Amino acid sequence: MSVFAELAPMAPATDAKPEFWRWQESCWADEQANWHSAKTIAVGIDVGSVSSQCVVVADGKLFAYSSMRTGNNSPDSANSVFHAVREKTGLSLNDVHFVVGTGYGRVNVPFSHKAIIEIACHARGANYMGGSKVRTILDMGGQDCKAIHCDDKGKVTNFLMNDKCAAGTGRGMEVISDLMQIPIAELGQRSFDVDQEPEAVSSVCVVFAKSEALALLKAGYTKNKVIAAYCQAMAERVVSLLERIGVEEGFFITGGIAKNAGVVRRIEKILGIKAMQTEIDSQIAGALGAALFGHTLVQKQGPAKPILS
Amino acid sequence: MIANYGYKDGSGEYYIAIDTDKCIQCPVGRACISACPKSMFETMTDDYDDEVVWIKPSFRRSLAYDCAGCKPSGGWSSLPCTRACTPGAITHSW
Repeated sequence: MSVFAELAPMAPATDAKPEFWRWQESCWADEQANWHSAKTIAVGIDVGSVSSQCVVVADGKLFAYSSMRTGNNSPDSANSVFHAVREKTGLSLNDVHFVVGTGYGRVNVPFSHKAIIEIACHARGANYMGGSKVRTILDMGGQDCKAIHCDDKGKVTNFLMNDKCAAGTGRGMEVISDLMQIPIAELGQRSFDVDQEPEAVSSVCVVFAKSEALALLKAGYTKNKVIAAYCQAMAERVVSLLERIGVEEGFFITGGIAKNAGVVRRIEKILGIKAMQTEIDSQIAGALGAALFGHTLVQKQGPAKPILS
Repeated sequence: MIANYGYKDGSGEYYIAIDTDKCIQCPVGRACISACPKSMFETMTDDYDDEVVWIKPSFRRSLAYDCAGCKPSGGWSSLPCTRACTPGAITHSW
């Protein structure tokens, strides 16, 4: 599949202060495919606590997606990500046969026919992206972390979630990005630019990690060394969750942190397993799974009437 | 499916695991629901259309405190929920 991402312009900052945490929003469509000839079109909308995605699958195949920062209300975020895809592809809600909402704001997607918990959607999405060999999935989301075990069809067999604190989540990385005044996309690579791997900072609380990072800077650590210490803390944190469900070969990471090599390589080192690679944006796994559930429901029940918001 | 509800924080790991394969055909009429003094359990239909028991979302971030009354320090020799669940679908991590 030919996959290329066209980056949408970043949302304008509300003040002059640089926003180092701000990650790149994206919108993509498979220009080789034509949705007009598709028999079923299903849409998945994942409204997460930090980011929202819209994925369109045509006849069960990924056709288009958008990924944007979640705004201050879920219905608007759902509308925004669908609007981005509509602008790119010309697809309207009247053309869609089923819409599934997932994520933290799943019940507030105004045009969805069904809401499905994100754990099942991430497993289904990872199964599509990584194939039937995927067994262990780590979803490092904006404000929670999920460890999932699934079978060869992407059905969940074991899961746990930790959403009590921001440690080990994307939001935690955003906090460190702002503190270090380094763009979030650069943190991973910079964490490798150290003479010696430092001890991990506190892995149980972002507030503690932040104050510990400041203390390390005052003690003479370079920024890169502090970032390395935080990446190591995140890796240790999520590995402890993964161990509770049991790690098996076929390891796949979803969510925004999958793009941070500093965390991913350290997780791989602790586990002794390489994460599976995909050319599809790891951040869309939940919405992709939701869209695939929608595709299956269309096949079972037939198309649903559009809910126009 | 093993569904783990709970959290890990600085004080420890607090998860209640429910084996939904054992829960689906409950032979004791969801006795865990009435056994829990805090009414933490309820039935729901999961994403694979099976009716199972889960922990109500409002309790999932405070299990260490909510379950404390049923732990040995509260005078219990065994947990009311795990005792009521004769198929053995419910386990506590702590």
